[in-house]
Amino acid sequence: MVVEKINMPQLGESVTEGTITSWLVKAGDKINKYDPIAEVMTDKVNAEVPSSYTGTIKELVAQEGDTIAVGELMCYIETETSNQQTSLENSQAEEKGIEEQNDSTLEKDQSMKKRYSPAVLKMAQEHQIDLEHVTGTGKAGRITRKDLEKLIAKGKNQSTSESVSVSATSKANSAISEPTTRQQPTAYSGDVEIPVTGVRKAIAQNMVRSKQEIPHAWMTVEVDVTDLVRLRNNIKNSFKQKEGYGLTFFAFFVKAVAQALKEFPQLNSTWREDKIIQRKDINVSIAVAKEQELFVPVIHHADDKSIKGIAKAIQELAVKTRSGKLTADDMKGGTFTVNNTGSFGSIHSMGVINHPQAAILQVESIVKRPVIINDMFAARDMVNLCLSLDHRVLDGLVCGQFLARVKELLENMNEETVNIY
Amino acid sequence: MPVMSYIQAITTALKEEMQRDENVFILGEDVGKKGGVFRATDGLYETFNEARVLDTPLAESAIVGVGIGAAMYGLRPVAEIQFADFIMPAVNQIISEAAKIRYRSNNDWNVPMTIRAPYGGGVHGALYHSQSVEAVFANQPGLKIVMPSTPYDVKGLLKAAIRDNDPVLFFEHKRAYRLLKGEVPEEDYVLPIGKADVKREGTDITVITYGLCVHFALQAAEKLAEEGIEAHILDLRTVYPLDKEAIIEAAKKTGKILLITEDNKEGSIIGEVAAIIAEHCLFDLDAPIRRLAGPDIPSMPYAPTMEKFFMINPDKVEKAMRELAEF
Repeated sequence: MVVEKINMPQLGESVTEGTITSWLVKAGDKINKYDPIAEVMTDKVNAEVPSSYTGTIKELVAQEGDTIAVGELMCYIETETSNQQTSLENSQAEEKGIEEQNDSTLEKDQSMKKRYSPAVLKMAQEHQIDLEHVTGTGKAGRITRKDLEKLIAKGKNQSTSESVSVSATSKANSAISEPTTRQQPTAYSGDVEIPVTGVRKAIAQNMVRSKQEIPHAWMTVEVDVTDLVRLRNNIKNSFKQKEGYGLTFFAFFVKAVAQALKEFPQLNSTWREDKIIQRKDINVSIAVAKEQELFVPVIHHADDKSIKGIAKAIQELAVKTRSGKLTADDMKGGTFTVNNTGSFGSIHSMGVINHPQAAILQVESIVKRPVIINDMFAARDMVNLCLSLDHRVLDGLVCGQFLARVKELLENMNEETVNIY
Repeated sequence: MPVMSYIQAITTALKEEMQRDENVFILGEDVGKKGGVFRATDGLYETFNEARVLDTPLAESAIVGVGIGAAMYGLRPVAEIQFADFIMPAVNQIISEAAKIRYRSNNDWNVPMTIRAPYGGGVHGALYHSQSVEAVFANQPGLKIVMPSTPYDVKGLLKAAIRDNDPVLFFEHKRAYRLLKGEVPEEDYVLPIGKADVKREGTDITVITYGLCVHFALQAAEKLAEEGIEAHILDLRTVYPLDKEAIIEAAKKTGKILLITEDNKEGSIIGEVAAIIAEHCLFDLDAPIRRLAGPDIPSMPYAPTMEKFFMINPDKVEKAMRELAEF
């Protein structure tokens, strides 16, 4: 015994529902196939609904006056045949088996993990996302556009509160993950392998970028700073007492450079393929080392500052660097770099330009040397200033003029001309 | 706002336009005394008399030909082709005359005619009462093809078609006639021909379709929403010329696009939609463009099982939408 459904039949083209005007059978009635069971009215026809089965009416589901959509249940009928049931069960079992199979394949299958859609590739490039590290929620492990949208939304919330090193790291990551066919050096037993992380990665990337993009050229001038040395040595103790921090030679050099940059804005500029941008602000980047790391914080508006103001800025940036408290603003906006290589005892060097600036000036060690002045030997304090320049932006002539001006300014710094305040 | 069926919206639009403009008249087979085989023109013969509701011979080329002539002389005929399947004898009139007269006469003549025809299957209509014929006309500049999906759109677009100064083919899904009901404002309004309409906002997948399939997609979308899959559904409304901007915008929204038509797959309207997306949205695509359409066999088998196999239905739509969402 099987209970079958009798549904509202299709009673004409465009007819989608019918209203039962009267039932011609009641529960318990025995009927034959094709016997009429109900009268139905549609807006096109009035018709009798025939039974699809021979059997006993079990339950009238729809009431007289009800409007029933085509295919919806009208009543249940109990029939004698039972062969349909087994086939139904079989097909259910088959379906179940298929479902189970699907579940197990879904878990393991990662075959689509590296099949990237155009949208995913575009977003990954725009937001510098390394797709290797993204978990895909799509079919067979595929990374979907939505996966990246979620990741980017999450990243935005985080990055606002975190410092510069985050962006530096993510930039470095993308560089590292670029496919490379170069042969990597091997480490042998006894060698120490130091993982490249954070700032080191960023330094490496910036240096590579600078050397690959910028055609470097170099110039060196020799400056007689005997008067400056005398001046500084005379006031350094009283300065330290008064201000609480030291007055370094470096502050004088930065001051001279800032002043010369004002007169030669060509060096205070940046290359941008279709144009050269000359910066209005003179923001001097200074290189500060911290153990294994190198930072290049910025003295903003160095041309507005007195020698004391510059000395103070250098002091503050150095303290911040060593205590790891540099902020993103401290690192931003540099237009020219002055590097104090002399502090390591160097007397000559060729600096790598701080991309995207156009030049870097290395201030070397001040060395007492015999120099001929007016055909006589004299013991003078001499220093080399080494300039690296972006040859796309700058040529020898203007750089020579700039260096000559820095030299002139420094050589004229003495107790009569200089007011450190 | 009154709720009315899809076919009531047609009758209402016809009646209001005939009242508004005495140049509007109807011609077709059985449209007069009988009120149309689907009763789309029910009551109009009584209201407007036999001069404005013409019962014609069984000759579609004549129905359209007479319409073209009347339209060129300033009337606004609304020709009914009893079933879209029967439009074939009139194709020469439509494509070679109606579509081209403005161009051929350098703007001296035009054909402000509307041709209404019920299309589509799922009603046990078999071969000659179930076909979708829009693709036949969808590369004929000079024609417009409107295929509305809701009673609201029917009224606004049929009025726009009648007021349009060029020929408009207005295809009505015969299964939608009494299946779809919706609110239709009593006041006079027109909707722009050539503009698609977002029927549902969503972020996971985009479904672009038209006609009765919009209804199937909306039904499936509600089910999928329970699983957290939100579908964006664009109703083309006008299938020629296509609203490219709306298609591009909808496609870019999710990058996963399902195109649906009840018509045979190859050479159908949605093939052109797919081409527009491929041309403009490559870098926003997150999945291959999918098409759900009838098989490439003549529409439509009479046997109920075979008709079900051919016909798009909510289950097929839901399955395709889910597969795309999971991709």
